[in-house]
Amino acid sequence: MQAETAQTPVQTPWRFDHYFVPLVIFFGLVVSLIEAARSPDPRMVAQGWIFGVCMAITGAWYLWMYASRTPPDEKQRYAEAVIKAGVGASMFWGIAGMLVGVIIALQLSFPHLFYFADEPWTNFGRLRPLHTSAVIFAFGGNVLIATSFYVVQRTCRARLFGGSLSWLVFWGYNIFIVLAGTGYLLGITESREYAEPEWYADLWLTLVWVCYLVVFLGTLIKRKEPHIYVANWFYLAFIITIAVLHVVNNLSMPVSLLESKSYSLFSGVQDALTQWWYGHNAVGFFLTAGFLGIMYYFIPKRAERPVYSYRLSIIHFWSLIFIYIWAGPHHLLYTALPEWAQTLGMTFSIILWMPSWGGMINGMMTLSGAWDKLRTDPVLRMMVVSVAFYGMATFEGPAMSVKAVNALSHYTNWTIGHVHSGALGWVGYVSFGALYCLVPWLWKKKLYSNALVEWHFWISTLGIVLYITSMWVAGIMQGLMWRAYNEFGFLEYAFSETVLAMHPYYIIRALGGILYLAGTLIMAFNLWKTVRSGVPVPAAVPAGLVAEAAE
Amino acid sequence: MNHAWLEKNSAFLLIGIILVIAVGGLVEIAPLFWVGGTVEKVSGMRPYTPLELEGRNIYVREGCYLCHSQMIRPLRDEVERYGHYSLAAESVYDHPFQWGSKRTGPDLARIGGKYSDNWHREHLNDPRSVVPGSVMPSYSWLAQTDLDYRHIAEDLKVQALLGVPYSADMIARAVDDVVTQATTDSPDAADLAKRYPKAQARDFDGNPGRITEADALIAYLQMLGTEVDFKLYDDKANIR
Repeated sequence: MQAETAQTPVQTPWRFDHYFVPLVIFFGLVVSLIEAARSPDPRMVAQGWIFGVCMAITGAWYLWMYASRTPPDEKQRYAEAVIKAGVGASMFWGIAGMLVGVIIALQLSFPHLFYFADEPWTNFGRLRPLHTSAVIFAFGGNVLIATSFYVVQRTCRARLFGGSLSWLVFWGYNIFIVLAGTGYLLGITESREYAEPEWYADLWLTLVWVCYLVVFLGTLIKRKEPHIYVANWFYLAFIITIAVLHVVNNLSMPVSLLESKSYSLFSGVQDALTQWWYGHNAVGFFLTAGFLGIMYYFIPKRAERPVYSYRLSIIHFWSLIFIYIWAGPHHLLYTALPEWAQTLGMTFSIILWMPSWGGMINGMMTLSGAWDKLRTDPVLRMMVVSVAFYGMATFEGPAMSVKAVNALSHYTNWTIGHVHSGALGWVGYVSFGALYCLVPWLWKKKLYSNALVEWHFWISTLGIVLYITSMWVAGIMQGLMWRAYNEFGFLEYAFSETVLAMHPYYIIRALGGILYLAGTLIMAFNLWKTVRSGVPVPAAVPAGLVAEAAE
Repeated sequence: MNHAWLEKNSAFLLIGIILVIAVGGLVEIAPLFWVGGTVEKVSGMRPYTPLELEGRNIYVREGCYLCHSQMIRPLRDEVERYGHYSLAAESVYDHPFQWGSKRTGPDLARIGGKYSDNWHREHLNDPRSVVPGSVMPSYSWLAQTDLDYRHIAEDLKVQALLGVPYSADMIARAVDDVVTQATTDSPDAADLAKRYPKAQARDFDGNPGRITEADALIAYLQMLGTEVDFKLYDDKANIR
């Protein structure tokens, strides 16, 4: 099989994807119509229609693309159209997800203005999963899929394996997002944080994810480079581990195949640890390993310097993936989880500090000999600042995993601040950096405006600073107020007083979010102008030190 | 050690990754299913009544767990504020668990019986009318929406498959039990309490004419954390 698919861009007479992809779309359509027609559950009927429309659109697109021609992209050396689509989807979902974040931040700041009692779907409880899923899975996921498709082709000097299968990954993944997001608004949720979609959406994602693994691994197998580049180790670990986490954490029994509701297989304490084993490793493998793949390709490429240390890359990789998986119980310190599991989780969380910082040093020091570029290249600066935020968040995390600290920080806004220093600083900035690189490379245009990148950088940095400092202060204050005693030995504050104390910080947080969103809008404008009216560059990709085909 | 054999062979790399990530999860999670003492021995735990289960499903549906935890930690201030620290045994029938991770609002693990039904009605209808400064949304529509409990027996059946001790009798009477529990002075209340000890039966939403989603949610809130009698609970027997 290797020899058959690897060598030549000439069309082979039979391709499995020309049967498999339409078959999946057809079955998707049939299932969606059955659900829409037969389900006694009105919410499932709505989901059936939504899925059906998505499938119909994908089917029409497939016919248009493949029915009577070979798409021009398939005659190119590398598949790029699907990556371009992923870049567009990332921008769209990034703005949507951050906008929902701003809305829910305003709801907590001004509840009398931003809640609408007649519209249950606008409530915090339904919008919050929409925000987290949209920024993590829709924005982050599309960035990861797009960049991994780009990186794996360039570093393997091979076209994506599986022909149109990569398009099924793109469409299928985004359809999963639509199903999940509309489901939340309808009140469909498994209530597992960052794994809220119900059983049918989970099944669909499993199928899509296996296709993703096949495309990625297939491309690795047919590579023309003897070595697998380090970025691909991280992408592969991300894809495999997310598959394992997703399947195990979402084990549940639907009430019936025609209803949206399901009950989780595990209960109570076992269910809690399974969920946080998932939850923490969604951070560890989705938001860390995947984006480290981006770091290991885009920073060396942009800085035109080799990765600082090959040896450190190896240690970083294996120790990170081994240790991360143990850290889940730090979400359950002082709960009814057995003590031994809590202690294990805390211990490994502290150990995790070391590989995290090893990776940070490896990324940061890659700029050795190119530090001057930070002054002239705002895109590189964005990525380096993201690595700095990575270092900061991965120091804060182990600190918060110490039981004594966690006793104060758990359940408070400090956690929210911590998450956002990682999400806005690390994940957001490294993604923006990658997108600022990818758009000029893919469309072979000069970036429309470096000045706008400067604006984006400074506005969003101000936003991050406002966000995380306000949440630190709010969180620590909240924790201290909850445990404050007066001189008579009674609790000093009623809970409602601690809610009132949050008010100014919620407003500052919302302002921080608005600034961050404004930066993203500037970026979208800049990238849009680049695509539409940027100056064409014939050989836009600079000759870097990463293995790269001569064009 | 030579790393080249891993980075030159995608199958080895794949297997290596799977082995390395498998260890932590297996060592931490798997023992929870058989190590004795993981779940304490207590008396008083019973499955949710059909009405409470409906209420719980509304709690899940509306994302209450995003702002309210149901897990009291054994810290002095929490025990004084909320009551006895939560036991693993108290969520043994929780598919899924609702421990939560954030307290934008207070912990609800022992909210049962702390406030009147009337307080809950007012609070759900307009939170700021009873708690000035609250940032909770209004859930006024719950009291205006009829509870759809026609298929609740199916839910009990599925939970029974997952290990919750719902008997055939409980499943068969599920729909009737919803009506009984949501009715004040129902003649069947004693019968209900036989199946579900300490089940509180009354009209929770202040509207005897209808069984609404507010009935179910308040019934659930009013039983939270009330099953285990901590006067009889021996925490020394459960030191882990």
